[in-house]
Amino acid sequence: MIKIRDLHKSFGDNHVLRGVNLDIVDGETITIIGGSGEGKTVLLKTIMGLVRPDEGMVQINGIDIAGLKEKRLEPIQGKFGMLFQGAALFDSLTVGENVAFGLHYLKDMPEEDIRVKVSRMLEMVGLDGIENLKPDELSGGMKKRVSLARAIARDPEYILYDEPSTGLDPIMADVINELIIHLQGELKITSIAVTHDMISAYKISNRIAMLYKGRIEEVGTPRDIKRTKNPVVKQFITGSSKGPIKVQG
Amino acid sequence: MANRNIINFLGKKIINISNHVGKATQLFEATIRCMFTAPAELKSVLNQISEVGIRSLGVILLSSLFTGMVFSFHMCYVTNLWLGSPALAGLGISVAMLKELGPMITGLVLAGRVGAQISAELGTMKVTEQIDALYTLGTNPVKYLYVPRFIACMIAVPLLTMYAGVIGIFGGFLVSAQKFKVPSSVFWNEIIEYVQVGDVAHGVIKAFFFGLIIVTVSCYRGLDCRGGAEGVGKATTSAVVISMILILISDYFLTTILMTIGIGVE
Ligand SMILES: Nc1ncnc2c1ncn2[C@@H]1O[C@H](COP(=O)(O)OP(=O)(O)OP(=O)(O)O)[C@@H](O)[C@H]1O
Ligand SMILES: [Mg+2]
Repeated sequence: MIKIRDLHKSFGDNHVLRGVNLDIVDGETITIIGGSGEGKTVLLKTIMGLVRPDEGMVQINGIDIAGLKEKRLEPIQGKFGMLFQGAALFDSLTVGENVAFGLHYLKDMPEEDIRVKVSRMLEMVGLDGIENLKPDELSGGMKKRVSLARAIARDPEYILYDEPSTGLDPIMADVINELIIHLQGELKITSIAVTHDMISAYKISNRIAMLYKGRIEEVGTPRDIKRTKNPVVKQFITGSSKGPIKVQG
Repeated sequence: MANRNIINFLGKKIINISNHVGKATQLFEATIRCMFTAPAELKSVLNQISEVGIRSLGVILLSSLFTGMVFSFHMCYVTNLWLGSPALAGLGISVAMLKELGPMITGLVLAGRVGAQISAELGTMKVTEQIDALYTLGTNPVKYLYVPRFIACMIAVPLLTMYAGVIGIFGGFLVSAQKFKVPSSVFWNEIIEYVQVGDVAHGVIKAFFFGLIIVTVSCYRGLDCRGGAEGVGKATTSAVVISMILILISDYFLTTILMTIGIGVE
């Protein structure tokens, strides 16, 4: 269970999060939608303690991580896997070493088991047998999938997906969607996804939350969201340039 | 009004600099703590030593050789002019190379070579979220990235300084013998007779601090970097420039302190 209360984060004069309130129930997949630069990535990173909030509370299984010392934070971060927006693969390591990276720090895992697990994870994302390639030999979509394999290899309790389907072709995007649904169904992983892609948002989510002007504008099931009366949400999900959301520049 | 602006500007600068110094110190402190609580992997330390040390051998060879040569030229020329024959070449060159030019050249060359490399590498990792990824995979970036580089610099910079000193003395010898016909026995005897362990220690201790400056500044600039390729470029430039300036400034103060406590006093 993750509880977010009145969360604020600024970078200099840029007040990005302005009082976010959100509860994330164990086992659900919740998708956060919102415009570019609204702070979706910052919100994800704040949830797992990569970004420290200025104010407010992020409670994970009852522990508020906002002011937690690094030593105490590390084991909690260990419960999370994250698929980064830009994949964030270690470019000096091979694909196999990337996927194995988090496993080496789990003390009691023998090399052979790591190898088997790595190939199983890669198979799961449809990329078996590419262990020895370097990240710069992969396409953008392949990088994303390797990054996903790396995130799930540690059997996390929570997975944060930062735009899992951006940059993928529609079919590959759907493969990733299926994978997210599978992870939720089979492994009971709680997922928080960030996306602009409404098709995948509707498909994978139990609930959808829209981040707008640093707050959660609306939360609801995909059905609720589709039938929303809120003009902001309505404009966003229909992808219209006319409405209360002003496009800058 | 204008005064106000200046004060405002200076105030902001000072706050900004203190902020950076504070954060760099925190990073340094975390490193020291990490070094004792969670030992770095030997493999990555050796890797970094080869990156910092072995790959710098060539550039340091050239720069200290020619520095020794040019220093010898001036030394022999001036003494020849005023005393009628070149004098004290061996002693002058070795003291200068061991105590001052060796550490200085090593520091400046490595600030360029290693400082740029570290800050560009860590900066790229930062802007591509690889540093964040480390946290999510149960690895502390300080331990994984900073500690091996720190240890490598602490070992490699003093060693390279001694190497630079020896090469520079050799360069000085070449010029004094070839150009000014100083007999080699005179040159080397002076060194054997008058150069002390303290002279070597003086240079090595300074080099140790220069290594500290390079690794701390460049790791900090790298980890603090943001804003894509442009940010990496800025971080790299500032890491190199700041390291060089700090090396040049601290050199004077280190020299004063070392001479006061009697390390390298003739
Ligand atoms: N480390 C940081 N330092 C300063 N500003 C930051 C930092 N991280 C994010 N920001 C700023 O916070 C704002 C929100 O960024 P964020 O990356 O969360 O947007 P986003 O909603 O994920 O956008 P996108 O959909 O384009 O990925 C941006 O204005 C960005 O410039
Ligand atoms: Mg984002």
